[in-house]
Amino acid sequence: MTAAALSPAPASFDRRRTAQALLLLAALLATGRNILPEALLRPPEALVIPFAAWINAAFAFARDDLGLMALTRAFSDLVEFGLDVTANLLYGKARWPRLGPIPWVVIAATAATLGHALGGRRLAAFAGGTFVWIAVMGQWQWAMETLSVIVVAAPLSVLLGLALGTLAWRFSVAERVLNPLLNIAQSLPHFAYMIPVVVFIGIGPKAGAIVTIIFSVPPMIRLTLLGLRAVPPEIIESGKMSGATRWQLMTRVRLPAARTEILIGVNQVIMQSLAMVVLASFIGMPGLGQKLLQLLQALKIGLSFEIGTTIVLLAILLDRMSKAAAHRQPVHHAAGATFRQRHPHLLAWLALTAIGFALSALHPYFTEVERKQALSLAGPVDAGVDVLLTVVAPLADWLRWFLITWVLIPLRDAFLWLPASAVLVFVAGIGWRVGGRRSALVCLAFALPIALSGWWDRAMITVYMVTVSVTLALLIGLPLGLIAAARPKRAARMLLVCDTLQTFPSFIYLIPVIMLFGVNDVAVIAAVVVFATVPILRYTVEGLRSVPPELVEAALMSGANPRQMLWQVKLPLAVPTLLVGANQSIMFSLFMVIIAAFIGTQDLGQEMQRALSSADVGKGLVLGFAVAFIGLLADHVLLTWSRNRVESLGARR
Amino acid sequence: MQRQTRLLLTAASFALGAGMAQAEDSTDPITIPIHNWSSQIVMSNVVGQMFESEGLAVEYVSTDSQAVYEAVRLGDATLELEVWEGAFGASFRAAVEKGGIVDVATHNAITREDWWYPSWTKEACPGLPDWKALNDCAAKFATPETGDKGRFLGGPVDWLKHDQEKVDALGMNFVVVNAGSAAALWAEIAAAEKTKTPIVVFNWTPNFAEAVWPGEFVEFPAWEEGCDKDPAVGPVPDKTYDCGNPANGYLKIAAWDGMAEKWPKAYATLQKVSFTNPQIAEMAKLVDVDGMEPEDAAAKWLADNEAVWKTWVE
Repeated sequence: MTAAALSPAPASFDRRRTAQALLLLAALLATGRNILPEALLRPPEALVIPFAAWINAAFAFARDDLGLMALTRAFSDLVEFGLDVTANLLYGKARWPRLGPIPWVVIAATAATLGHALGGRRLAAFAGGTFVWIAVMGQWQWAMETLSVIVVAAPLSVLLGLALGTLAWRFSVAERVLNPLLNIAQSLPHFAYMIPVVVFIGIGPKAGAIVTIIFSVPPMIRLTLLGLRAVPPEIIESGKMSGATRWQLMTRVRLPAARTEILIGVNQVIMQSLAMVVLASFIGMPGLGQKLLQLLQALKIGLSFEIGTTIVLLAILLDRMSKAAAHRQPVHHAAGATFRQRHPHLLAWLALTAIGFALSALHPYFTEVERKQALSLAGPVDAGVDVLLTVVAPLADWLRWFLITWVLIPLRDAFLWLPASAVLVFVAGIGWRVGGRRSALVCLAFALPIALSGWWDRAMITVYMVTVSVTLALLIGLPLGLIAAARPKRAARMLLVCDTLQTFPSFIYLIPVIMLFGVNDVAVIAAVVVFATVPILRYTVEGLRSVPPELVEAALMSGANPRQMLWQVKLPLAVPTLLVGANQSIMFSLFMVIIAAFIGTQDLGQEMQRALSSADVGKGLVLGFAVAFIGLLADHVLLTWSRNRVESLGARR
Repeated sequence: MQRQTRLLLTAASFALGAGMAQAEDSTDPITIPIHNWSSQIVMSNVVGQMFESEGLAVEYVSTDSQAVYEAVRLGDATLELEVWEGAFGASFRAAVEKGGIVDVATHNAITREDWWYPSWTKEACPGLPDWKALNDCAAKFATPETGDKGRFLGGPVDWLKHDQEKVDALGMNFVVVNAGSAAALWAEIAAAEKTKTPIVVFNWTPNFAEAVWPGEFVEFPAWEEGCDKDPAVGPVPDKTYDCGNPANGYLKIAAWDGMAEKWPKAYATLQKVSFTNPQIAEMAKLVDVDGMEPEDAAAKWLADNEAVWKTWVE
């Protein structure tokens, strides 16, 4: 990335000069590597700060001396009570109220009725169909174990998000405290959260629920804040004029007016909860995720594919339902409507439920489909994967050889060869280029702690893998995006593929990738590229689609041919959106590189896995922060750059 | 109501004096942790169903196999049925030192973990299982990232297997590459099977892999006590780890130290539990080869082997 590539931002001449000087210095440091003193190559031992020991001491103090453990355990007991109730209702765990399990036909009918109420016939069919699929595939017990946790975790997360979001809206101090915390929380790898949870909460469904809450609450907080901010003052005025008290103003005026944003937040909470289904099973979340990991461990790809499909179906269903709820406007009935006219769905639901219970009383098949009676797609899927692997194998062998010998090993060596000082100066130079002194300092503030944490080499390997993956993702995603954006129909189809790829539990990709490439960096990068390509493709399509039609027309009038149209009009205008896509792509890659430790890597992820096994909070958090800082650094540079572009384009976004 | 009954029973048992010293077991569920390999899952279900046959409540919770010792120590999980000397000995010993966890019993099984190859490898390298023969055909195990040296695929680094030290000590022409998970090892073996590529990986017994891919362990110089610490022990005079891993590691059962008090009957049963290598392999096979669900596999195993376990639950 040279300075020239960063052009037409309205940067002052001075800023460009300083940045160039810094980049030049970085290049000098790198070329003069052999004569540099040891201390400039890697931070010397004496400078390495024992962050991990400090964190461990702080945690030990909080746990043992402050008695925080008793508090967290009390909170988790509360969560556990909720979990026991839903577990009993959904799959008949022997706990109070000892009523369950509810037969699957009843739950499927309930889902279908809810679907109809929210989104009409199509959503009803999809909702009912999803639950019928789960039942006849023999996954009922597992799916209900998963849902029993989500049903408790998601509402708690929504409430917590509403409360914190309101707090941040009301008190600017709270917002200033929360904002950086949220930034870090959203870029911290999942495993880093889990270690403290194991220490403070323990293991089991309650730990799964709490990890899910922690992971899903940040977008809820953000969207609540956004929604409350966006309430038009006229509405508040009219509320005040009607004599509303402050509480009424909040609950009757502001929150309802912010309904759309809040419901999008709810949607985000649900999606994040489903994304945690597999990962949370590392600390005892039961259900689909746990089963998926067990099956993958025994190389049962077909069966794990079935479970992956269920997770995707559930995600799409809950996504559609919550979006439908967000778009639905309140219905007002004419005066004098009968109870039947006002509550058709309630009555239909009561009737269907009664039929469901009757059916399940007639035959146990309608209560739960046993594994033996279940249908399965595993046979054909396994055969398909087998054929695919055999067909692609010669190509994969060549690709593996080529990438390892000519691309990956040299690049990796180069990244490790670079003096730490050169990298730090380079980072500062880039920062200076996009945002002047302030950005340079921000970038250094992210990069320096990584150097001082003593995990520099590991971090460089992570950076190397992310760099390769994102580059490959750009090479694949950009052309595909250009092709897709040419026709709206094609774009819609491509976006659907994107959504599916992204919702599929990431672990499923790991095994086929190892079978193709073996345990090495090629396998890791192949798995990461699947995830990294999705945002690039999506934002390319979005970016090209959102070019204002007036500008396209103006270009047409001035006689631009399709080529010029793309390269000189559409793409430059889409650059800010593309940068946001690249930013997301880096985030996804970072998360996936960490998960790919299960293939076998030598980066931060491998160490994090080790920290999780030994429940080493300090080490886990230090590594987590290192990953988060890499992400935040990229985030800062790309978003500042994107903002500059928007300003210089003068576009109305 | 239940609590009253229990109180009465407890009172009665006290009244009856020393002869009935054993108190009633708690009605709280016994929490059995399960991990990500099938023999452990089935064994947990087998023991769980034995407890259930005694009228106790049982729950299963999936956990990480290293972090579980911390959970058992705190009583979040009640017991652990497969404590492998090689893989978990260190975590287990560390937990015992902190307190809260007890060594209940040892299975009548030996565990072995070492370099291993599937049977087709022998065609490419007929001198196996001798380690010198393996070293002579190192080039047959080469991969792009290891150049002309052979590749040994080890387990995850946190299993602490000292493969690199072994390679150095014995001057072997091999590079150690660490897989990130057991699943990665199996995926490599399965991929190698399709093309009958020679491969040498880290493996262990008892394990389902024996039933799926027949193979053998590489025979290194035999383990002697102190081989890992004293350079003088073993064939190479100035190196440590110049030997194979112990061929007879223990497989233990661990439990939370409050279990004996809370569920005395279950604890008495647990002390008698002991499975052999063939029995453990059989449990794994029911799931991994026959494709049964763990709970069904456990039920089948219990039905087929009543003679083995009936005496334990009395």
